[in-house]
Amino acid sequence: MARMKFLCDADRCIECNACVTACKNEHEVPWGINRRRVVTINDGLPGERSVSMACMHCTDAPCAQVCPVNCFYTTNDGVVLHNKDTCIGCGYCFYACPFGAPQYPKVSNFGSRGKMDKCTYCSGGPEEDLSVEEYEKYGANRLAEGKLPLCAEMCSTKSLLAGDGDIIAEIYRERVVTRGYGSGAWGWKTAYGAAIDVSA
Amino acid sequence: MTRTTTRIIAALAAIGLGAGRAAAQSTEAINPTARSVTEGQLLDALKFGDTIRGRITIPNQSAADLEKPTNKVWMWLNLEVIDWVIIAAVLVTLAVVVIFYLRIGRLEIDKGRSGRTITRFNIFERVMHWTMASSFVVLALSGLNVAIGRYVVQPWLGEAAFGTATHWGKLAHNYLAWPFMLCVVLTFLVWVRHNMPSRLDIAWFKAGGGLLKNGAHPPATKFNAGQKVVFWAVVLGGSAVAVTGLALMFPYLLGSPLQWQAAQVVHALAAAGLIAMTIGHIYIATAGSEGALEAMTTGEVDVNWAEQHHSLWLKEEMAKGTTPRTPPTGATPAE
Repeated sequence: MARMKFLCDADRCIECNACVTACKNEHEVPWGINRRRVVTINDGLPGERSVSMACMHCTDAPCAQVCPVNCFYTTNDGVVLHNKDTCIGCGYCFYACPFGAPQYPKVSNFGSRGKMDKCTYCSGGPEEDLSVEEYEKYGANRLAEGKLPLCAEMCSTKSLLAGDGDIIAEIYRERVVTRGYGSGAWGWKTAYGAAIDVSA
Repeated sequence: MTRTTTRIIAALAAIGLGAGRAAAQSTEAINPTARSVTEGQLLDALKFGDTIRGRITIPNQSAADLEKPTNKVWMWLNLEVIDWVIIAAVLVTLAVVVIFYLRIGRLEIDKGRSGRTITRFNIFERVMHWTMASSFVVLALSGLNVAIGRYVVQPWLGEAAFGTATHWGKLAHNYLAWPFMLCVVLTFLVWVRHNMPSRLDIAWFKAGGGLLKNGAHPPATKFNAGQKVVFWAVVLGGSAVAVTGLALMFPYLLGSPLQWQAAQVVHALAAAGLIAMTIGHIYIATAGSEGALEAMTTGEVDVNWAEQHHSLWLKEEMAKGTTPRTPPTGATPAE
């Protein structure tokens, strides 16, 4: 089985936010929730870089380790998913997540948290694949259709890569070697314990 | 062509030439990444608790935090420290209480019951105490469930039922926090004047609280030093869980991610302390000593009990002209 990962080649990202929009549209993500976002580092300065970030589907995911109700599980593809029926909206996964991936709908005027929502790597949830329930709770299940996450699939500069970790890491390494530079596979060290060497 | 136009063209040409020269000069040295950020450098430069932060175009500004590797410290604290502190707080205190009961046993009223009683806590104090007590028990159990329920309860209930139960527990926790907080404030206001530390307290501790040394009855006012510890633990620990609890309950009104993390840690540790203390408090007030519980149930305590445990308070009450009550004839005191 593949070990699915995201890799954002920040040297290609043009901050068009199409990945963000595509994600929202594909999954009918509710107001106020962003499963994916683009952050610009050193904005306006020479050498600024934009990074598209969502859930990194970490190895030994911190969210899963701290969840008081054990609602997380990892699929055979290495995707970290959660069960919204079990989730109690305590916020612990957000406290533990290094990438700010978990989001909560505000369920009252006082802003207490509803059930957590995050990037599913376009692979739905524990409901039956491609069912209405799955779509309503978690959004589309493109993996079940044999497709990759939409954010990466439609990235105009092919900055955002999705797929098996070894393959996308190799693509990125080739790019770094060819063009002679790279700002790094953002989040990989934190999520998977090892960065990709960009000393090329 | 006017002069002005000529001048403008000349100026533009000069600028163009200049720019061209500048570009030509730096072509050899152009390295698009020379000044660009790399993740490795940012991670190396990251101080504890810092985040790699940028600019974002969506309203949620906290999403501008790109990477917070030290969030794993919070995870570690919870899994490796707080969970164990909580488990220890419950098990160690229970063990101490059981050992105490087996080794020392129940503290009797030395002179036996006199049959005459005096009012120790009025109806307001008792309602306040039991409101706090009952809400605290639910808060403690639902809180323990969030902390360690997945190790202790979930294996029996299964994921779905445990999730539902914990969800209800969370609701109970959020709603019962309010009467609890109210009672913490009331307790402080009503009892603080009886709980100021005094020299008597040192003597009380030296005498082992009349518990460790047989026959020792250190003098005490309305509250002895041990009860004062309970009082201040409730007031200070209760305030700590209240303030941190509010930040956790209304995350979008109060605090930042770092503050929520700190709040969760303080909340869990203070609650563990309160739970341990409450176990001891319940033991001493029930199985641990004869005649103590009725102070909070009927509000009336036996005069001999009062003399033994709160001699100065009894003297004070008598000096005020309070007459001890005699229960109606025919009633036999318990035991």
